[in-house]
Amino acid sequence: MQDITHLDEARDPLLIAERWRHDGKAVAVATVVETWGSAPRPTGSHLVIDADGNFHGSVSGGCVEGAVISEAAEVIETGQPRMLEFGVADETAWRVGLSCGGRIRVYVERLG
Amino acid sequence: MDPHLLEQLNGERRARRAAVLVTDLSDGAARLIREGETVSGPLGEVVARAFRTGNSGLTEAEEGSFFINAHLPQPRLMLIGAVHISQALAPMARVAGYPVEIVDPRTAFATEDRFPDVLLDPRWPEEVLAERPLDAYTALAAVTHDPKIDDFAVKAALDSGCFYVGALGSRKTHAARVDRLKNIGATADQLDRIAAPIGLDIGAANPAEIAVAVLAQVIAAFRARSNAAKAGEKTA
Repeated sequence: MQDITHLDEARDPLLIAERWRHDGKAVAVATVVETWGSAPRPTGSHLVIDADGNFHGSVSGGCVEGAVISEAAEVIETGQPRMLEFGVADETAWRVGLSCGGRIRVYVERLG
Repeated sequence: MDPHLLEQLNGERRARRAAVLVTDLSDGAARLIREGETVSGPLGEVVARAFRTGNSGLTEAEEGSFFINAHLPQPRLMLIGAVHISQALAPMARVAGYPVEIVDPRTAFATEDRFPDVLLDPRWPEEVLAERPLDAYTALAAVTHDPKIDDFAVKAALDSGCFYVGALGSRKTHAARVDRLKNIGATADQLDRIAAPIGLDIGAANPAEIAVAVLAQVIAAFRARSNAAKAGEKTA
């Protein structure tokens, strides 16, 4: 029986980000800061990404993670945080979108 | 994000303490607020609300645009006693969003057969709580009817500020318990916090109905914790 009242060291994105940093990796943290309509992951959800494109956590049900990961590479390089916005594919400039019809804003920042 | 800040935040989260991270979206600068700390100005109310509700969100202040990320521990229910009531209460509480752990040193009661899919610890509360301490996000219900097992756990729950402390037994049984708890140092304020007889008064007539009454009382206590914080803010 798994104890869900304590953090899952193997899967919790923020714990993984801390560990990656200790291992000397460059890390970006993406956070869902706003949602409209039926968004798959709640505000405050995290996706963490390293410079090699490894990632843990999620900001959507898998719909926009690819785009966030490629943006994260640039955030890691420049150190400049970015605000990304995703909606249904047709309505935005993004090639990817949320099939559920919702919209989300994701803040991507470098760790350190 | 500052790596030291992330370490501090993870430290609070590992210790099952609430924390709120406030990020200035103009430059990414962030600060960590621990539970009990207050923030002055309009942002203070927003942070207090985040601690209360556990909801995260954007907020606009004079100083700019901020993201408030609330990190609240998962509330849980610890049951002292692997009894008939617990068999009904454990699955109900889990469905309601309160994961359950059952502690009972009587190995005849604490069997996986009686409690499939429940965290079960067949040791004395003294041992279990030394290993996994209680906290403000834990509700404790003592239902063994045996003072040797219940009393220590109830006192520990009061000392740890558990958001709910309930104990099974009639008024007469509870009066005797109050005397025993006084002898081991419980204060009058602490004793007033014990829900006894346990459960909302819905006329529960069997173990499953008592379980419903207890779960409703646990939920009421968790939500009242929000209301108490709200009332405190208004008078402060």
